[in-house]
Amino acid sequence: MRRTTGFGLLAVCGLLAGCLGQSQEGDHARNADAKEITLTIVANAAAGGKNARGANWLQNWVIPKFTEQQKAKGVTATIRFEQNGTGDEDYKTKVALDLKTGGGGDIIEIDGIWLGEFAQAGQIKPLGEVVGDTDWDGWNQIPKAVQGLGEFESKRYGVPMGTDGRVLFFNKKLFTQAGLPSDWQPRSWQDVLDAGARLKTLPGIYPIQLNAGTAMGEATTMQGVLPALAGTGKPIYDNGKWQGDSAGLKDVLGLYRKIYGGGLGDPVLQQEANGRQRSFQLFSENKIGILLESDYFWRSVVEPKNGVAKMADRDTAVGWALVPARQAGAGVGGQDFVSMSGGGVRVINPNTKYPKQAWEFLKFLNSKEAVKESLAGTAQTTQRQDVNDEVLRGDPMLTFIAEKVLPITRYRPGLANYPKVSAALQQATADIVSGKTPDDAARAYREALAKAVGEQNIG
Amino acid sequence: MANRLDEGIDSAGLGVRRGLAFVAPALVLIGVFLVFPALWTLYIGITNYQLTGPAAANPRVVGLDNVLTAVHDPLFTNSVWLTALFVLFSAVIGQNALGFGLAWLLRSANPWLRRTIEGLVLLSWILPGTVVAFLWFAVLSRDTGTLGLLLGSPETSWLVEYPMTSLIIFNVWRGTAFSMLLYTSALAAVPPSQLETARLVGASGWQTVRDVVFPHIRGHVLTNTLLISLWTANDFTPFLLTSGGPNHRSEVLPVLIYRQALEGGELGYASAMSLLLLLGNLVIALVYLRLLRRRA
Repeated sequence: MRRTTGFGLLAVCGLLAGCLGQSQEGDHARNADAKEITLTIVANAAAGGKNARGANWLQNWVIPKFTEQQKAKGVTATIRFEQNGTGDEDYKTKVALDLKTGGGGDIIEIDGIWLGEFAQAGQIKPLGEVVGDTDWDGWNQIPKAVQGLGEFESKRYGVPMGTDGRVLFFNKKLFTQAGLPSDWQPRSWQDVLDAGARLKTLPGIYPIQLNAGTAMGEATTMQGVLPALAGTGKPIYDNGKWQGDSAGLKDVLGLYRKIYGGGLGDPVLQQEANGRQRSFQLFSENKIGILLESDYFWRSVVEPKNGVAKMADRDTAVGWALVPARQAGAGVGGQDFVSMSGGGVRVINPNTKYPKQAWEFLKFLNSKEAVKESLAGTAQTTQRQDVNDEVLRGDPMLTFIAEKVLPITRYRPGLANYPKVSAALQQATADIVSGKTPDDAARAYREALAKAVGEQNIG
Repeated sequence: MANRLDEGIDSAGLGVRRGLAFVAPALVLIGVFLVFPALWTLYIGITNYQLTGPAAANPRVVGLDNVLTAVHDPLFTNSVWLTALFVLFSAVIGQNALGFGLAWLLRSANPWLRRTIEGLVLLSWILPGTVVAFLWFAVLSRDTGTLGLLLGSPETSWLVEYPMTSLIIFNVWRGTAFSMLLYTSALAAVPPSQLETARLVGASGWQTVRDVVFPHIRGHVLTNTLLISLWTANDFTPFLLTSGGPNHRSEVLPVLIYRQALEGGELGYASAMSLLLLLGNLVIALVYLRLLRRRA
């Protein structure tokens, strides 16, 4: 009896060992001639909720059009749209679990920065391996820098969905009340702090919102630490090394300290479970003066019709300015102003039953017609140059992004270790918000960094 | 010997083989959904398995490294401490005392009052966790939170400024119903004649509880405490209220494990921590069982 149990355990262990790290190899010509296909597209978008415009586009335009197109070829296509409307971290977890268990949709929208981890885990594969021939005239329309969002270790994994840039948004109504100019453009961090001090004289408002803490996740890194760090002259990853507790990092943490220790920002908001959402709400209610965000804020948050925190008077009430370096000329590459950019990527699940059709669908999603339609009359820096040339002219904010911000912007390092470094940076700002000194927070960050990437990789 | 064994376990007269056939489906279910995942967790716990990245494709066995790292991880020790506080104040003291208090006071209350109160207490127990979390969120949040408005301090964000206290009060509210029900039935087992005698000799309320009631319900107290301690130690609802924040100040073990496993992607490390949580539960259970046995 005991021996049987022993064997049983052994067998179970063997089985278990087989379960870890498995991956499925497929032939990219499988089901190429199927007459009936089903494809699922997964996005962090939901009708009437998060990224509602994208959701409407998929549901009401893409799916009927593509189905029709396939029908003309004699193929019955059923396209499903799996909607999500959650925080980016939760969405990532969900996609990772889907891919890990061999499931998930056929086409998945992910943040470009997750590409490295997923690729290293074998959960996504280079496009060529999945679908075979990746020739497409659309590639010519996608600028090289934007294409880079869909690449990892110089292999192409997916098609980018456009890009964005980061600026300081400010409430012109509050600025007027505080006697500040409505064409405000700070030239140093001190200028921003000074404007904050002026805004502080108005009752019941928080002058500056610079995302901090772990609850905001990547939004803290992207709309807080990284733009500030770029303003100190050195990006987070440089010459193969991650930046440790450098003078620049301490300056950044010092800036956080001045904002959250000096009553210029609301430390509690940074720690609340839904702080970012709330900061949007407060801005739209004229309770936040200055807020660092990507043009997403303009397009999808305070957007008067479909935004998640609509501002009916957005066009007159919301101003924008370039993010200044610590002081003029102190930014990366000697720049006076800085920005960070990112963007989504659509990838094809290596486990898809219909690789050829999925690629066809992906090309359709990125066709000029589809991309233009996705904007639904609004503007956005899309992946396609031909579309941008036509649509950006109509929107002053996005023209500003395209002309002034994208030329000076930087991208995050697309490395698998990046999310861990990002988490350590978020923790450092959380420490500041809860009262630690920049030196202590920087020391703790350095320890976390060494644990995450190894001592030898810190510069 | 074999015969006696058969007689001993085969009370239904089915024969051992048929008996086994009857329990087999249940055993298979338990095997698939309980034993297999448990063993798998143990196995993952000794690897560096991750949700994404290179270690997801090729996990390595790292032995007890995960456990050692956990023991030295300030986040883990912080979490153990918070879990201990959470269990002690919300379950062992809070739910026990309030549950017993309600059962004791409602004994002699007018039936409709008794039913109304029992109904309300039960309601907090039977509502789904997400609904309850949302309600508490509405009560405790800033600016428009009910509690802030009642106390005239709408600026206070209770879940951020007093995270553990909020969670403890929440869990007392949430879990008292079970203790109340259990003590209500336990109190029914105390012979009324003894209570009457205590009253006649002039015992105070507290003396009656201590010297007459408690000896009768000691077993119930221990069983109840054991169950609610384990439930509380494994409770995930705190995640819905504070997500472990702000800055890890309410990160009880189940929340820490979830965050490490799914948000941080450290599946191996988190599995090792859940093994430690399991061991902790076992220790608690053993202590209570020892106490129970001493009574007998």
